Amino acid sequence: MSANPTAEKLTKKILKADHPTWCPACGDFAVLASFFNVIQKLQIPHEKIVCVAGIGCSSRFPYFVNTHGIHFIHGRALPLATGISLSRPDLHVFVFGGDGDGYSIGGNHLTHAARKNVNLSYVIMDNYVYGLTKNQTSPTTPIGRKSKTDPRGAIDRPINPMTQLVATGATFVARTHAAQVKHMNEMFERAILHPGFAVVETLSECTMFYPGAFDSGNPRKGGAFDLVDETTQDLTSTSEALKLAEDTSPGKFGVYYETKLPTKNELEWAWVNDEQAKSPDLSGKDLLRKRFAAMR
Amino acid sequence: MTSAQATPPEALRNAVIRLAGYSQDGIQSIGAFLAQLAGSTAQDVMTHMTIPSTISGGPSIYQVHLGSGKVLHPGDEADTLVAFYQDSYDNHLKSLRDGGICFYDSDKVEELKMERDIIHIGVPFTSAAIEAIGGSAKDRGKNIFVLGVLCSVYKLDREKLAEIIGRKFRGKPEDILRNAMLAFDAGFAWPVHDIDHMPFAPGENEEANRLSTDGNTMLGLGLIAGGCRFGAGYPITPWTSIMEMLRSELPKYGGMFIQAEDELAAVSIAIGAAYSGHLAITGSSGPGLSLKSEAIGYACMAEIPLIVVNVQRGGPSTGLPTSVEQSDLMQAIYGSHGDAPRVVLAPRDVEDCFHTAIEACRIAREYSTPVIILSDQAIATRIEAFPEPDLEKYWKEPTLDLSERGADFKPYPLDKITRHAPPGSPTSEAKYPVVTGLEHDEWGHPSSNPLNHEAMSGKRREKLIKLANSLPSPDFFGDEQGDLLFVGWGSTYGPIKEATEQLRAAGHKVGSLHLRHIHPLRNGLGDIFHRFTHVLIPEMNDPGIYGNGQLATLLRSVTCNPNIQSLNKIQCITFRVKEIVDGALKTLSL
Repeated sequence: MSANPTAEKLTKKILKADHPTWCPACGDFAVLASFFNVIQKLQIPHEKIVCVAGIGCSSRFPYFVNTHGIHFIHGRALPLATGISLSRPDLHVFVFGGDGDGYSIGGNHLTHAARKNVNLSYVIMDNYVYGLTKNQTSPTTPIGRKSKTDPRGAIDRPINPMTQLVATGATFVARTHAAQVKHMNEMFERAILHPGFAVVETLSECTMFYPGAFDSGNPRKGGAFDLVDETTQDLTSTSEALKLAEDTSPGKFGVYYETKLPTKNELEWAWVNDEQAKSPDLSGKDLLRKRFAAMR
Repeated sequence: MTSAQATPPEALRNAVIRLAGYSQDGIQSIGAFLAQLAGSTAQDVMTHMTIPSTISGGPSIYQVHLGSGKVLHPGDEADTLVAFYQDSYDNHLKSLRDGGICFYDSDKVEELKMERDIIHIGVPFTSAAIEAIGGSAKDRGKNIFVLGVLCSVYKLDREKLAEIIGRKFRGKPEDILRNAMLAFDAGFAWPVHDIDHMPFAPGENEEANRLSTDGNTMLGLGLIAGGCRFGAGYPITPWTSIMEMLRSELPKYGGMFIQAEDELAAVSIAIGAAYSGHLAITGSSGPGLSLKSEAIGYACMAEIPLIVVNVQRGGPSTGLPTSVEQSDLMQAIYGSHGDAPRVVLAPRDVEDCFHTAIEACRIAREYSTPVIILSDQAIATRIEAFPEPDLEKYWKEPTLDLSERGADFKPYPLDKITRHAPPGSPTSEAKYPVVTGLEHDEWGHPSSNPLNHEAMSGKRREKLIKLANSLPSPDFFGDEQGDLLFVGWGSTYGPIKEATEQLRAAGHKVGSLHLRHIHPLRNGLGDIFHRFTHVLIPEMNDPGIYGNGQLATLLRSVTCNPNIQSLNKIQCITFRVKEIVDGALKTLSL
């Protein structure tokens, strides 16, 4: 992470763009504020920041941040970000989205972007409900919860985001709560500094359709905010991480898993560099002529 | 073996050789060797193959049409049939012309007694190849043995052919090349007494540096020459060989091609690279294009330059994965939700795959739009020979523009074509754009203002009208006015041109027009159509409920000309010249 001495100092004021269209007291406001905090602290060169999102309430994120941004289609933010990250390793790629975008319609991409260890940071604002379309069951909605698509209460078992994320092979997996700003700052900062695919499951309350969903993890609402004990937890062990992930009500917060593996960016660019080193004196045109010669 | 005295001794100008066997027997390599030989001896060539869509192979043919002059089609009927098995013999004897020669493997095939005037020559391919190579050869080498026989019968350039075989096996263990040459020499020396050998007339295609290869290869290389450096794809027949090639080639040019987890990811990765300032490509075949269509709609809305290749195959659904069809035209032009104008181009032959790819790159860049290249299975897999493209003329060095954007920068100006500021570009006011699929104003802010939506839809439409106004006249051949005008697109080019020549030779006033730019169409086509009594559109798709193929439907709606009709064929195989001639004669008699 390099500082940018020549450009203006990045402040929250500079980073702010359109006023968010979220409902009052939506958990996503805190996530946005935390993102500003961390970017301000890390001083990433302004023009090198890219905010990427698919579709959903939280996926409106790029409009509210004054950086390069791209608002894509539902569920495909990760492959889009993969194309950006791999083709432009000089950029800092941030992906924002919700539980529907990430675990449902885009579920397949989560696995593959993670196992490929594409260099990017991914914040999932999980609210256990579809908010933009106004209160339908989401892949993380608990059994029994009533919604417009489950008037008798949800009947499908929800996915467990943490077991899911650890199982994808993501090299950095953390869990935080939008009501715990300091903790959120720390998790985002560690995710950004992690080389490779870093994902932070962030419980972010939908005050409109699912108020109180995460009170059990909020001490101000009578819940408990228990942290992962990093002095005893082996962060490089998937089996320990999976054990930690079993408990979700409210479960533990912090880094579940963290390991260093070659990123896809490094592996692909190593291939490019090797190939280019083979014929440093040949222009692209020469290379294609050589190829033609073999087809005569 | 019949003892017919065959074939006049004068030199041949054309020969159609059909090899019928199983795909695992290496009949494709015999065809490829012959095609490469033709390319390097100033002869022309076009091949045609059928491939079983099974994993382990199955009945397959490879047809090679060699000619001293220009070869436009793979040949309506065969002059020579090579049958490896009984079923190859039984099924393909009917493709042989009267007076033609059938070589068959006398170890495997029992000759039929028949009335037809056919010269039968039994040669024990299997046992002769084993004998030539030695004990453990089993079935191997019989394809190269047959190549030797053909080389001797047609008096082909033996030295050059041996050199091509040598090149093919370069880098392989030495005994593989040795065995191949033993089989080749044995075939060459095999006494075929019953026919006079038929020397081929010297080739007349004297251009220097002729290449011989297939359409997928030239399409991929055209994309490289046009400046594409990043892409992503998912394997699907018959598109796959383009992605395999780009995966290995692009790193040499400083780019990369990513194998994605599915078609949706493939197009999304490509859009990500395009948003980042590179010219990017994704591709697929029929079903894959359907899966990509939501993201293609995004690229239309967000005005992203993007190349999308669709190597068409038989549809709908899984359909006929290894067969040719032209039934994705409407999908290519209109396949998205909402009004999503994009560009559609179609190459007409192998050489044109290169030029169409370069044109696609130019348009995508200049008009900031997705461009779909509609190739098809026939062009993708067949081999043709043609002069090496002049890279001084066509090479385009890729650029990445990360210059600072001024205070007046707008990603979606209403009065100009969009020029995105890729991430990494500073802006003088430190205000950064969001690229979006929501309807937006000039600055990229979401907007549901009704007048803005109309204005922005106009912006996306008008740039393609501007493109249409700038397009060159399409390829015209034959009479400028008269009885009948053929209009074609894609791989029907050769057979249509040949049919046009035959009809004109028979005294009809016939012209033909071949479209590379399918959408937008060049202006003024209607005026050309009016100069002819009939406009006939041969296309490999179904005439549908209203009686017209997909291009015919489009052209009827654009020109309101009731004389436009289509000649449809939907038999998994390219048009024969005769079918087009007969279709035209039927139309002319109306």
